[in-house]
Amino acid sequence: MSENHRTASTASEAPGTEHDSGTQGVSITLEGITKRYDSGKPPAVDGLNMEIPAGSIVMFCGPSGCGKTTTLKMINRLIEPSSGRVLIDGEDVTDLDADRLRRRLGYVIQAGGLFPHMTVAKNIGLVPRMLGWDASRIRARVDELLELVSLDPATYRDRFPRELSGGQQQRVGVARALAADPPVLLMDEPFGAVDPITRQRLQDELIAIHSELKKTIVCVTHDFDEAVKLGDWIVIFREGGILAQYDSPERILAQPANSFVEDFMGAGAGLKQLSLSRLDDVELTEPVRVRAGAPAAEAVETMRAAGEDYVVVVDDQDRPVDWLIASQLERLETLPTQVNEDLPVVYNRASLNDALDSMLVTTTSSAIVVGKRRQMLGLVTVDTIMDVISGLNGRAHDTAAEAPLGQNEPEEFEIPEDDGRTGRNTDEAIAAKQREDSTADTGDAGDDTAAGDPAGGAIADDTAGNTTGDTAAGEPDDRPAGAHRADGDRP
Amino acid sequence: MWEYFTQRSDQILFASWQHFSLVGQSLLLATLIAVVIAVLSYRSSAMSAAANSVSAIGLTIPSFALVGLLIAPVGFGVIPAVIVVTFYAALPILRNALVGLSGIPDDVVESARGIGMSRMRTLLTVELPMAWPVILAGVRVSGQMVMGIATIAAYSLGPGLGAFIFSGLDRLGGANSLESVVIGVVGVIILAFILDLLLVAVGRLTIPRGIRV
Repeated sequence: MSENHRTASTASEAPGTEHDSGTQGVSITLEGITKRYDSGKPPAVDGLNMEIPAGSIVMFCGPSGCGKTTTLKMINRLIEPSSGRVLIDGEDVTDLDADRLRRRLGYVIQAGGLFPHMTVAKNIGLVPRMLGWDASRIRARVDELLELVSLDPATYRDRFPRELSGGQQQRVGVARALAADPPVLLMDEPFGAVDPITRQRLQDELIAIHSELKKTIVCVTHDFDEAVKLGDWIVIFREGGILAQYDSPERILAQPANSFVEDFMGAGAGLKQLSLSRLDDVELTEPVRVRAGAPAAEAVETMRAAGEDYVVVVDDQDRPVDWLIASQLERLETLPTQVNEDLPVVYNRASLNDALDSMLVTTTSSAIVVGKRRQMLGLVTVDTIMDVISGLNGRAHDTAAEAPLGQNEPEEFEIPEDDGRTGRNTDEAIAAKQREDSTADTGDAGDDTAAGDPAGGAIADDTAGNTTGDTAAGEPDDRPAGAHRADGDRP
Repeated sequence: MWEYFTQRSDQILFASWQHFSLVGQSLLLATLIAVVIAVLSYRSSAMSAAANSVSAIGLTIPSFALVGLLIAPVGFGVIPAVIVVTFYAALPILRNALVGLSGIPDDVVESARGIGMSRMRTLLTVELPMAWPVILAGVRVSGQMVMGIATIAAYSLGPGLGAFIFSGLDRLGGANSLESVVIGVVGVIILAFILDLLLVAVGRLTIPRGIRV
């Protein structure tokens, strides 16, 4: 299973080199957008200001009813903002014709939102047809996109959506959204309806597509792990469209802005950080390589000489065939040539989390890392991953300077009682104002000032319950790492 | 019986054709009217409820009475027949069109709007094609039903096989009276069967493979 998924994820890179001429992402700016459905009730989204940097993946994350989907739909005006402006690439789109605007913004929903009565090709060709492309250009584009999303054009072009699996439908949905080469892709819980293995594969493909096309992607999810895996930046919303934190995954994991973010992330923040690191970034162990089909006695010798107790059998193109421990090796005459399907093989673009998954599935303490064309690059071991976990906690501080700006309008915003800061941003003035507000707010939580001390943090938090005083620690960087605390707090 | 048929075969075939043509054209008209009403009302729950009630109550009006009432304002002949047949044919189609249109998943409509289709284009290229199988099922039900109702047209001197049934019943016990009624009834059944086959063929041709059951 996991092997298939890796294959799929790299297959999508293969045609990549051909489409480097596409439209690259543009920035999106939200200026004080508010959505009020009912004048008596609090707004669904309240005076939100946000910058979405060009070419990045920004994940909107939060519990249901937090306004994340409303915010997304206000970008392409499926929901018209009650007030405020949306700027795409600096252009105010609030008064443009909504249908024309939407043809310039790719839109993907759960299960792709395909039209069941149209073939795959027709579904993908819809936007180009509306834009008046001629038939041959549309046909060529459809094939190109099907290849991009790892579906064979000849096989899938004329199928109907019901003849596809959930994952394939989702891919067609992405292809359709990309059809007219829009600079922006808006995705509303795109991977919510597929099984976990397919989801992981689709996520990997989205990362590959993004690194190739450099579109600006705004993606709504309720799954924090997905946000961490995909996002360059994560926006965490809380009820009422209040921005709880907008920062890089590393910083959110290491320094949740407030107790709401902390609760939302849930336990195991340390492990979540594994989704952030790709195998590319870690040092691999070089195993003893032996050729498939060679005499086993030779392999035993090589292994002994290297002082190891196992070997990895590779074929003549360095692709892993099998791995054997000493006792297995001694029983063999010649080394196997048949590929062992149960090998824990992971691609170098996969996250450490994925690698750990593979190890758990195959109950091994290391996994074989392969690169392009499945060539073996080396092994990753549990020890390597553990080292990364301990190292990650210190790494989070680097991104603060580049974090995009996002906040609710200060004058309209009332700070909820149990909450310190509304979000992290680079604007010093706003940050300072928020610190001021929060200090005032947490005046009665004096005991919690001890939170500045990592050792005391856990205890203080346990006793403080919900009236968290985390902001009383002053400088965010003094906060104890989220990982340890979260682990300690919740069994 | 056979003799009765062979002697009057021209007359019978002509009446059958007239009957079929009345039903076919009225059905077409009814489909158009019903779909337009459904399109106008399916977005509003109050309008849909109203349309559904009209459809349910309309079917309880005795067709015989309706034809009789129409003679005064529109006179005898083809016009009251067309009005009555179209009216009854539209009711099941309306109901099915409402079900079909409102049964389209919201996310499909939303994704159509999301990729930049206008309201009208969404309706024409997504919603109506997707609702079409259900609408067509309504057309088939209507076709069967109004094939019988169309015989009432003879009461207002309209076209069709109804004349055989009425004249036979009027002089029941007289010469060839039973034959006349039987010819009318059997003719209607055969026509209904033919119409249904045609509608199945229409479905084959017009329902996209992706949503065919």
